[in-house]
Amino acid sequence: MKTLLEMSGVSVSFDGFKAINNLSFRIGEPELRAIIGPNGAGKTTFMDIITGKTRPDEGRVLWGEKSVSLLKMSESQIARSGVGRKFQKPTVFEAQTVRENLAMALKNKRGPFDVLFYNKTRAGAERIEEIAAEIGLSDQLGRVSGELSHGQKQWLEIGMLLAQDPRLLLVDEPAAGMTPAEREHTTDLLRRAAQKHAVVVVEHDMEFVRRLDCKVTVLCEGSVLAEGSLDHVTANQDVIDVYLGR
Amino acid sequence: MSSFFAQNKSVAWFLLALALFVLLVTVLAPATGTGFLSTSFVKTLGKTLCLMLVAVAMDVVWGYTGILSLGHMAFFGLGGYMIGMWLMYARTELIIAESLRAAPIPPTPEEIHDAIGQQIFGVVGSADFPWLWGFAHSFPLQLAMVVLVPGILALVFGWLAFRSRVTGVYLSILTQAMTLALSLYLFQNEAGLRGNNGLSGLQNLPGLDAVPQSTISIWFFWGSAAALGLGYLLFAWVVSGKMGSVIRGIRDNENRVRFLGYHVESYKLFIFTLTGIVSGLAGALYYPQAGIINPAEIAPIASIYLAVWVAIGGRGRLYGAALGAAVVSLLSSWFTGGGAPNVNLGVYTINWTDWWLVLLGLSFVAVTLLAPKGIGGIFDLFTRRHPVPERVGDFGPDMGAHRTVEGEEEK
Repeated sequence: MKTLLEMSGVSVSFDGFKAINNLSFRIGEPELRAIIGPNGAGKTTFMDIITGKTRPDEGRVLWGEKSVSLLKMSESQIARSGVGRKFQKPTVFEAQTVRENLAMALKNKRGPFDVLFYNKTRAGAERIEEIAAEIGLSDQLGRVSGELSHGQKQWLEIGMLLAQDPRLLLVDEPAAGMTPAEREHTTDLLRRAAQKHAVVVVEHDMEFVRRLDCKVTVLCEGSVLAEGSLDHVTANQDVIDVYLGR
Repeated sequence: MSSFFAQNKSVAWFLLALALFVLLVTVLAPATGTGFLSTSFVKTLGKTLCLMLVAVAMDVVWGYTGILSLGHMAFFGLGGYMIGMWLMYARTELIIAESLRAAPIPPTPEEIHDAIGQQIFGVVGSADFPWLWGFAHSFPLQLAMVVLVPGILALVFGWLAFRSRVTGVYLSILTQAMTLALSLYLFQNEAGLRGNNGLSGLQNLPGLDAVPQSTISIWFFWGSAAALGLGYLLFAWVVSGKMGSVIRGIRDNENRVRFLGYHVESYKLFIFTLTGIVSGLAGALYYPQAGIINPAEIAPIASIYLAVWVAIGGRGRLYGAALGAAVVSLLSSWFTGGGAPNVNLGVYTINWTDWWLVLLGLSFVAVTLLAPKGIGGIFDLFTRRHPVPERVGDFGPDMGAHRTVEGEEEK
């Protein structure tokens, strides 16, 4: 398993508050990793740093075989180089149809003129159908996505993530607002994606994390508190103190 | 192409309506038809078509991409200035050549050039051509300036503004500052565009003195209609398909578009510059019909009016913006031109030339609050089968969906 992303010594503070404190993290490809931690542990900031939304005060974030630094790249460059993100709150383009949302996410050239002269292809349409089938929205392709239920929007956003075909999938609370059956489907999907790609899942729901059956990283106050299997970290006294025992 | 019209039925309807309107005006115009309409009214209609074009461009920038530019009339005015420079130069050149022909010694080209300078800049107490007028003698070069000057201004301004991620109301203020600065600069005599006198006599096309204004007016009307039709087609194509999807995405949530890998700034810059260029072209067709352009035309208020037209017409649909511009600008000239009868209330007489702006302001507020879809929304009543939901945002988790409270273990 080769390293896809490596963060070392990363710190970031907002108005003196250290949201991330000397954090080091690495993930290989393929790998599935769950990140848990109490509120304010820095889980979202962690994703913000990888995707380029937040610039760390210090530290390194290296990406890929050539170990290029993500810190010098813009958000869109990072996304193009293969980092896909699903937000905690489903953020889809509500005024547009499910098909348009997926088409926008579909892996293609991203320049303005490429997009202006873009012609719909059969292969693209088939890929959209395929993803729609995977996320259970085949019948909804023509619907305006603002009309979808919360759970369906979650699915749509997962579909958009798949359509981007990223190498690293950052998934923030995928199971929120889903029915038990849907949650099971989500775990299957993430585990399947993790056979080829690197997948990082932030989740509060222990049952969900247990079903993912993967290495777990516990974040607390901006740094890694423990790392290992779920059983290993839940047996850790520090983890029990800050997170589980309350 | 046929599938483009099939998917965008409103484009075909708009072009059909425009063609019928052109036919009607042609039949009623003094030069080509019965003369039911006056020459000045044909000019008003031609100018209105140019305003409709710039409103369509504004709708692409604001209604589709979500950039509330309050500076697009600067590009419109610059287009007018650029064509006006050639019109003034070429016509003055003909007049000078005519008057010097009787001289015993034929004038040298320098003498003619100096005499033109004296004629044009005498009004601001100067006789030398500023460098700005370097291309004014050549129609093709000055026509290129119509495209290049607004285009480059939009490109540079947009690059600076979007690169610094200025958005929302701050960007609007910045665009206002741009148009104000440009207008104040042009007010100066030293700027080389005749200060507050502006450029005048633009309705007289060089070498066409024999052609009556009634004929010229219908030519420009046709030209404006063709420009509107082509511009509408261009923008309808831009906002359809994937480009439209991305720019509407930028309007609704530009960060999300960024995380999908699109370089948002390039898209904004592309739209801003393209619409700036089309606005310049619209201005180049407008001002020869208006006959005069001065720096007051690019005062900040002009661009605010543009936004008001688009808001009243209905943002986010091109025909709405075009209709808004037509209705409001024609009503405006009716009210302010003394067309509307004064209302005598006994104690007070409502004089519409004074009260029109109040009425316009009230209708703007009313449309914003009561009918956000504007005039274009009327068409939804009998066309759209799948209306966009009024409400955007979360509908909340499904009933029965599993929910946990953060930090708590499963029970």
